[in-house]
Amino acid sequence: MTNILIVVVVILLVATLVQILRVSELLSEIKNKDVNEVTDKDNNTQGILFLIVGFGFLIFVVWQMVTWNHLLLPPASSVHGTQIDFLMKISMGLILVVFFVLSPILFYFLYKYRGKKSNKAYFFSHNNKLEVLWTVIPTIILTALIIFGLKTWDKAMNVELTESTTIIEVYGQQFNWTARYSGLDNNLGKANFKLVKGRNTLGVDMLDANAADDKMAREVHLVIDQPVLLKFRSQDVIHSAFLPHFRVQMNCVPGMTTQFGFTPTKTTAQMKESEGEDFEYILLCNKICGASHYNMQLKFIVETQEEYDLWLASQENLETKLLTQK
Amino acid sequence: MSEHHKENFITKYVFTQDHKMIAKQFLITGMFMAVVGMLMSAIFRVQLANPGESSILYNLLPGAWLNDSGGLNPDKYLALVTMHGTILVFWVLTAGLSGTFANFLIPLQIGARDMASGFLNMLSYWFFFIATVVLLSSLFVETGPASGGWTIYPPLSALPQAIPGSGTGMTLWLISITLFVVGSLLGGLNYIVTILNLRTIGMTMQRLPLTVWALLITAILGVLSFPVLLSCGLLLIFDRSFGTSFYLSDIIIGGEALHNEGGSPILFEHLFWFLGHPEVYIILLPALGIVSEVIAVNSRKPIFGYKAMVGALLLIAFLSFIVWGHHMFMTGMNPFLGSVFTFTTLLIAIPSAVKVFNYLATLWRGNIRFTPAMLFAIGTVSAFITGGLTGIILGDSALDINVHDTYFVVGHFHIVMGLSAIYGMFAGVYHWFPKMYGRMMNKNLGYLHFWGTFICAYGVFFPMHFLGLAGLPRRYYSNSAFPMFDGLSDINELITFFALAGAIFQVFFLFNFFYSIFKGTKATQNPWKSNTLEWTTPVERIHGNWPGELPVVTRWAYDYSKPGADEDFILQTEPLKEGEIEH
Ligand code: HEM
Ligand SMILES: [Cu+2]
Ligand SMILES: [Cu+2]
Repeated sequence: MTNILIVVVVILLVATLVQILRVSELLSEIKNKDVNEVTDKDNNTQGILFLIVGFGFLIFVVWQMVTWNHLLLPPASSVHGTQIDFLMKISMGLILVVFFVLSPILFYFLYKYRGKKSNKAYFFSHNNKLEVLWTVIPTIILTALIIFGLKTWDKAMNVELTESTTIIEVYGQQFNWTARYSGLDNNLGKANFKLVKGRNTLGVDMLDANAADDKMAREVHLVIDQPVLLKFRSQDVIHSAFLPHFRVQMNCVPGMTTQFGFTPTKTTAQMKESEGEDFEYILLCNKICGASHYNMQLKFIVETQEEYDLWLASQENLETKLLTQK
Repeated sequence: MSEHHKENFITKYVFTQDHKMIAKQFLITGMFMAVVGMLMSAIFRVQLANPGESSILYNLLPGAWLNDSGGLNPDKYLALVTMHGTILVFWVLTAGLSGTFANFLIPLQIGARDMASGFLNMLSYWFFFIATVVLLSSLFVETGPASGGWTIYPPLSALPQAIPGSGTGMTLWLISITLFVVGSLLGGLNYIVTILNLRTIGMTMQRLPLTVWALLITAILGVLSFPVLLSCGLLLIFDRSFGTSFYLSDIIIGGEALHNEGGSPILFEHLFWFLGHPEVYIILLPALGIVSEVIAVNSRKPIFGYKAMVGALLLIAFLSFIVWGHHMFMTGMNPFLGSVFTFTTLLIAIPSAVKVFNYLATLWRGNIRFTPAMLFAIGTVSAFITGGLTGIILGDSALDINVHDTYFVVGHFHIVMGLSAIYGMFAGVYHWFPKMYGRMMNKNLGYLHFWGTFICAYGVFFPMHFLGLAGLPRRYYSNSAFPMFDGLSDINELITFFALAGAIFQVFFLFNFFYSIFKGTKATQNPWKSNTLEWTTPVERIHGNWPGELPVVTRWAYDYSKPGADEDFILQTEPLKEGEIEH
């Protein structure tokens, strides 16, 4: 019923439009004018509209920046993330300046040079000085951005392994994450997809001496100010481990291991204080991976060394888990 | 009328070899697909505003896509996103845009009677047509159409166990794209050969309108990059159907360990983006070409810096082949390689900036006439500024860490590619409609269409940047699984509101288009007072374009408001006056 009603309404609307067009065309025929000719009056209206709507758009942009500012991610909770935030501020500032200069120029020109039949445009076909100017200036600015960007990238990606770096594996599969701690030896035991069986959901090779003290976990605990190296694997399709608060992201690709190292700088408790009681660090999936891609999460908790030690001690070794309980 | 062959209905409208008719076939098919693609986006936007709830729009979908309570199934949400992307990127903005305007404008603007090979040209459309039928048929297979994103990354796209759409739907997708690529290659080769060989006397490369330059460079990009997509797709077909392991390795799916070892999904990404990045310029450049022409004509001024504009096009085209890695910063590629791609990517901003400055300089001290085409051309410039700038954030690998695959990217490419190109396409349709159909489109409806679209489109895509900066990933069926995104539902509702409103304004365009084909006021020969050759042909369509001799070109395309001339335009066929220097 509703469908028929909709069809009827649409047909009526179209019929009305046809009639309106017809009438307007007939009217102008009577007045011996061409409806579709762009008149000075049209130019005037459209020029003014560009000024109004154009600046309306810029105001809309400012409004969004003000109203939604509190929704954006809080400042980074990691060492390299703070540098990324700084670079982001500079780059954002820069493009905003360019945006707020070029857009008004565009809208203003449209208004200012709206045409009149009696006017004539100024014949101005090229000017090499201008071309050079506006090639060189962007080049200089971009060179600076590139250099700054590459430095930040280099620092973020090339982590040096130190004694105190904890190695943790994050393993993605449709549609959940599992973590594996490397244990006292801080070495992850080897793994192979062919060994995935029963409780050994990560396919860890228990014959490898490094594997015995590994620990599997459904949430990841980290120690504040201690570097950590995350190693990523995937069981089935590509996933992407995304930790927005730490400015960390890396794809998890079946058949290879990827990694990302960082140092957290704020505990969950501290974040709860500034961001609200509900705050949690979350790892989300950021590569389309199937129907439940939208709900694939892993909780991260940053805490003090003591809290961490307590938690870790409560976690079972893989050896106990896999070999004794079977 | 010597060139006017006898035509019957079939040779005139169906298996036509006339470039003008083929252009219209591409246009109408493209418009049809645009409506399909737009409806899909309306549907998934409704889902994002009211996750899990039912909606009257869902009546358009096969019943199996919905759950018992009438809500959309998560995997079918992904199917919609995938098909929307595929349709808009390839069907509307590649075939619909290039196919229409390359076919229509190249012979007319260079002074040729038709394409170099009318037959290949016809084949090119019919390959495209069959590709369209195959793609649409995939909507009706039981397991649904391809659902792995328009980028169809394996293993997701290779394994039916991973998502139902990767079954028959994906097979049809691959067949369809293969046909599509064949069609584009036939078209592209034809465009290149035509432009290089069939220019009329006096039409030197330096006198080509920028539209033709843009279409030439686009065709070259296509011919160089589409074959890579073809091979990329073929290898995927092998992996899917013949047990090879190009892209697959170490996989357990549905509880079963696959035999594949040694392949790499990253190889697929490299091949895909080697086409994928040039592809975005295949979409953009024709639009920029159209816009250059429309802005010059309606500012009544020469395009500023013609040579710089051509140079910028060439540079963009060249660079677009060495930046593909910026889509893959987070794949675990060697950080040094990432640095190289950051470097080349940010370089593209330079010729892009030059183009924007030249457009602004063209408008400066013009005598601007706001035809509907002009409004849309300006829309392109505005969108290109807004969206190009966010590219500078994304291109910086360090910053991309946190915005990659978020809504920030969705905002970026919809504005810089989606809006710029679709506005350019609208500009082209409004501008050349009189040449295509011998009638005018209604001006006031055109104005209404523009303002509605312009306002709604920014209302849809600008807020997406904020979603991205809040950390929201793209391709999420719903944002309700994470408490951290609860605050974003207002933004999502606002976006959906603008999306639906924007869709309604497209009805005015469709109405105007079809109404004007039959009932529009009659066009005169040169309604916009342009210089280019297409406006020297008769208003009625004839096979062969010019009734008598081909026109002879004596000047460039941009002598608008030239001092010393009586009118504010001078046809390209007008000989130089004594002592007159060419611009
Ligand atoms: C100033 C120039 C530009 C730069 C530096 C730039 C940079 C980028 C980067 C780095 C990405 C990847 C983001 C990510 O996935 O994390 C991207 C995505 C994209 N860009 Fe641009 N871009 C520019 C202009 C353009 C233009 C002109 C177009 C099209 C006409 C375009 C279309 C796209 C598309 C379609 C995507 C997303 C593809 C996808 O993942 O689905 N960009 N851009
Ligand atoms: Cu996912
Ligand atoms: Cu790209």
